[in-house]
Order: sequence, then C-alpha cells, then structure tokens
Amino acid sequence: MSDLVRNTIRFVLFILVQYYVLFQIRPLHQFVVPYVYFLYVLWLPFSMGRMSLLLVSFVFGLTLDYFTQTPGLHAAACTLIAYVRGFVVNILIPQEGAEQNYKSPSPVSMGWAPYAVYVLVLTLVHHIYLVFLEWLQFGSFLFFLGKVLATTGISLMLILITELLFFRKEKFRTNTA
Amino acid sequence: MRNIFLFIRRYFNFVFFVVLQIAALYILFHYNKFHEAVFSGVANELTGNIGGKYTNVTYYFHLKKTNDDLAKENEELRNKLLANFERPDTTQKIVQDTIPYDTLGHYRKYLYRSARVVNNSVSLPNNTFTINRGENEGIHKNMGVISPTGVAGVVINTSNNYAVVMSLLHRQTKISASLKKTGETGKVLWDGTSPLYVTLKDIPKSAQVVKGDSVVTSPYASHFPPGLLIGTVMDIVDDKTSSFYTLRLKPATNFFNVQFVMVVENLLKDEQAKLEEETNKINQ
Repeated sequence: MSDLVRNTIRFVLFILVQYYVLFQIRPLHQFVVPYVYFLYVLWLPFSMGRMSLLLVSFVFGLTLDYFTQTPGLHAAACTLIAYVRGFVVNILIPQEGAEQNYKSPSPVSMGWAPYAVYVLVLTLVHHIYLVFLEWLQFGSFLFFLGKVLATTGISLMLILITELLFFRKEKFRTNTA
Repeated sequence: MRNIFLFIRRYFNFVFFVVLQIAALYILFHYNKFHEAVFSGVANELTGNIGGKYTNVTYYFHLKKTNDDLAKENEELRNKLLANFERPDTTQKIVQDTIPYDTLGHYRKYLYRSARVVNNSVSLPNNTFTINRGENEGIHKNMGVISPTGVAGVVINTSNNYAVVMSLLHRQTKISASLKKTGETGKVLWDGTSPLYVTLKDIPKSAQVVKGDSVVTSPYASHFPPGLLIGTVMDIVDDKTSSFYTLRLKPATNFFNVQFVMVVENLLKDEQAKLEEETNKINQ
C-alpha cells in the first residue's frame, strides 16, 4: 500500500472514530474529553516536506471542525503540532539518519523512550493550545489546568491502546535496496 | 527589497505556519461572534449526509422508546389544539386574503413542523444538533425547537436541506422561563459543567420554590409557545449575597437520545418585533 493511500484511509478513519465513537461517549466529567484524532499528525511520514505537513494537518483539523461545528478550533491546534513536530523529531531522533531509514515515527523507528517523549510533548502542546482557545471564551484558570491534565491523561492512555492494537511494522530501509 | 525576499524565503515555513494559524483563528472567532458560518452552508450538507446514515443505524435501537414518546405527545397535542390559535376580538374583523386565517377567523400563531435529528453532540462545551429540514422546508434561523418531552433548543444555522440547532446545552442559550406554580419569570442558561443540568437564574427569593417544581417557557419567550416544559427543579442554591435564587434544573428533554423534534414557527413574531422597534424609535 502506498503512503498516499494508507494516509488517506487513516485520515477518514481517524475523523470518523473521533466523532462517531469518542465524541458520542457520555462525558465522565467536564474535564475529560477523549481525544485521539491528532495521532494522525504524529504518524505522518518523515519524508513529508514541512509545508505539505502543515497543509495536511490544517485540512485534517478543519475536517473535524466541520463535524463539531467549531470551525478553526482543531485546525489551529493541528497546525501548531505539525509545526512543532519537526523540531521535536530532530531533537529526539536517536541516531543520525534514522529518518531516512524508517518511514514514520513509531516505537520501532525511534525507540520506546524517545517515542513516548515525542507523543507526550505533542499531546501536551495540542491540548494546552486547544483548551487555551476554549478558555479565552469562558472558564477559570482551574478549568484550564484541570482540563489540560485530565485530557492529556486520557489521550495518552488511548494512544497507548492504539499503538498496542495497531502495531505498525516498520521496515528498515537502506540505500542499497 | 532583495533582503525582504531572502527573509521570506528563509523563514517561509514559519510564515506559512503563521498564515494558517491566522486563518484558523479568524474563522474560529468570526464564527462564534456572529453565529455566522463562513463555510457551514456546504459543510452542513456533507456532514449532515454522513450523520443521516449514522442515525439510521442508531434510530433502529430507539424505536420502541420513540414510539412511546410520540404516542404520548399526540395525546397531549390533541388536548392542546386550541392553544395554538389566538382569538381576536370578533366584533371587528379585517378581511384578509391569506392562508394564516382559518374559517373561524382565528389567527394561527404557532406552526409546527416535525423533523428528525441526524447529528447530535452532548459532550462539547457548546452543543448543537442537526435536523433533516432546511430552508427548502421552511426552517429559518431563530425558530424554536421542541422534543416530545420539552424544550430542545433554537435554530442557529440553515442550509437548503439541513438546519443546525443549538441545544439547551449551549453557552449562548438564553430562554425566558417561568415557574409553573407561581409564575415568576427568569432565564434558563447553561454553565457548561454537566450536560445533566441547566441553570435557571433571576428568580426572586420571594418565590416559593421546592424541589421538583416544573419550569415552563414564559409568555415572553418569543421562540416558544408559553407553558412548554423546560425542566424540573433539582437543586436550590441560596446565594446570600443576592436577592435571586439560582436553580439547577433537570432538562425535560433527554439530549442523549433525542430522535424526533418539532420546529415551532411563531408567525406573528415579526409583527411584534416591528411594532416594538417602531415604539422604541418614537421613545428615543
């Protein structure tokens, strides 16, 4: 399966799962919103240019916004993590050239610990920005803090489950092949 | 000049990022302020279609409950039929060749249109649902929407075949309500904390409220006929610094499984609004 086809299918699946499964769950508490859709941005291939990465993330966020009737909210957060992603990957990549040898960020290509940090940082950035935009319209500081922490917690759990359920095989690629 | 171009080329990624951010934030704040969707005309058609297919599945599981609700509502409506008409003074009569008249000379004030919910949210900070009727079927902005069990929300956006309704669980909801027993009027809001409760404010402490009292739409609510159930009092917050109660209500509509709704059109609303506006102009 080519990268384009695979990522298009992921695009549709992430949106549908986020809206028709996760958003339909009865809320446990006002702080807890199960977000997992932005994993799509984290899984995009290394080889994508910065600009196309930003553009795809923007369109992805905007698509979710079509469903939730909050135009721009998720799009803004997605573009931010797409921008930050490049820097985080550069810092965390374990050895020189790993981004040429593997297709996309995953526990296999980056190692478990760096990958965990990568997910944690981007999840936090995403939620801080998203909740901050909500907080501009209402809520107190405690609401902001509580929601960021609780939502990050539940997101990390969901991402862990997703990674375990849908284990992505990453082939080691060399120049010779 | 050359340096500017060099600068832009060098930081092109960052500039592009900023442009996308500004675009996103612009749509976000523009939309929330005016309730105008920059893009939802097309978007409603698309997401409404997908939502329709999704509800077709869940619809099946709620059939029994929905039928019960409908039967109950029919019974209630049959008893209420006369209440939808306003009877003018019969000694004077203006001859008018339009349909809002019926043969007895009663004005129709409220017109009901049924609709099916095709998309629904309860867990977001501002909750809306989408119904499968739009401009083509006579739905316009600011019409009231009721469910078989009580008030559901107000239409905020329409496309040709779909309309988006902000439910009671929306931060900009404000509905004039009164206590059924004693008639004191206040307004119903949602504070965004729990989708199980809405808040009723501005009820003076002179009112005698007990838990379980019914709260209905007031005669001043322009979107809804008076006397429709909004919810029942669950909790009374006695704020010592204020001379008003803050009441927590359990909404009569179950927003978790709402399937069928009615859109209420107040046919005389424009006339009333126009008269009030003209009067305000004279008073100024």
